[in-house]
Amino acid sequence: MVALTLPENSRYKDMPGRVHKAPAGARRVKTFRIYRFDPSSGERPRLDTFEIDLDACGPMVLDALLKIKNEVDSTLTFRRSCREGICGSCAMNIDGKNGLACTTAIGDCKGDVGIFPLPHMPVIKDLIPDLTNFYAQYASVKPWLQTRTPAPPDRERLQSKEDQEKIDGPSACILCACCSTSCPSYWWNSDRYLGPAALLASYRWIVDSRDEATGERLDMLEDPFRLYRCHTIMNCTEACPKDLNPARAIADIKRLMVERRH
Amino acid sequence: MSDASRPLSPHLQVYRFTYTMATSIFHRATGLALAAGFLGLVATLIALADGPQAYAVAYELLKGVVGKLALIGLLTAFWYHTFAGLRHLAFDAGYGLDKRAARRSATWLFAATALAALLSAYCLLAGGARP
Repeated sequence: MVALTLPENSRYKDMPGRVHKAPAGARRVKTFRIYRFDPSSGERPRLDTFEIDLDACGPMVLDALLKIKNEVDSTLTFRRSCREGICGSCAMNIDGKNGLACTTAIGDCKGDVGIFPLPHMPVIKDLIPDLTNFYAQYASVKPWLQTRTPAPPDRERLQSKEDQEKIDGPSACILCACCSTSCPSYWWNSDRYLGPAALLASYRWIVDSRDEATGERLDMLEDPFRLYRCHTIMNCTEACPKDLNPARAIADIKRLMVERRH
Repeated sequence: MSDASRPLSPHLQVYRFTYTMATSIFHRATGLALAAGFLGLVATLIALADGPQAYAVAYELLKGVVGKLALIGLLTAFWYHTFAGLRHLAFDAGYGLDKRAARRSATWLFAATALAALLSAYCLLAGGARP
């Protein structure tokens, strides 16, 4: 359902946040305003302010978060792992846009840097959203090869170079959820609309020349909500940190729906 | 699923308002404005069918500053909604779906709307088409 404002327990703007000043003598100071929520406190979320000396910090937003956690406030909680844009753990809303903290340069953020969890998601703690529903939606598109014919006895199921190229792009998705949680349609209808990430995954198997469940896959998506809540807003494609194009994949699925009727 | 006591993370409050959301929200808003505006048009037509006395009232309303502003607003909404609809037609046909093309078409959409709205306003105010 469309709800433009946050529920009572999620309002953070009127909550006093803690301020951590930069050390004396710091010359290049950047201010980070970071969303904090501690489930054990019983309090509503708040924004904490951290002033960071960029001369003593790495270039990426993740470097700043790690610096804060190591040196300023060890209770700051976020997911991270690979620090090179392949695991998708550190997806968050940075400077008004979804992206990976590890591949977003601090220098690309103008002014103070606001850091929030992925938008319109239940927050477990600080910058960590609950992705249970997101993963369940991914599973619902059966993201694996489905076949009916027996595999060739002497070799694997082969495909042409051209057919492989069709799935190269969508296969590069790291399931970071930046796209789905940037989509206003997903915000209002995430209980029924699958969202760009799951639809991109579905598309990856729909166009796979070796998959033999194309009809069933399209049947599953033929639904006013699961697929057709996409209104081609294109926030997903703008947000994707891997430069993939979920909007085009969804448009292609919609066209396949029409084409199979003729 | 999620614990009901968990807060919902901020969305509209923090997401930067860029061309993607702007084109979409204006498409919705102009659609609503047109739905309301066409009721006004129907009211004018009813007044016209009702005879000279009723139409004189409608004519006075449309002739005034408020009436003309409303008409210009409605025409602007009409042009935006039409051009945005064509843009979506291209999207649905598989064209213009990469970031650069979508940004460019959004710029064209606003430019074309501004131009068409100015032309419409000129025709209306210069007396080419009297209400």
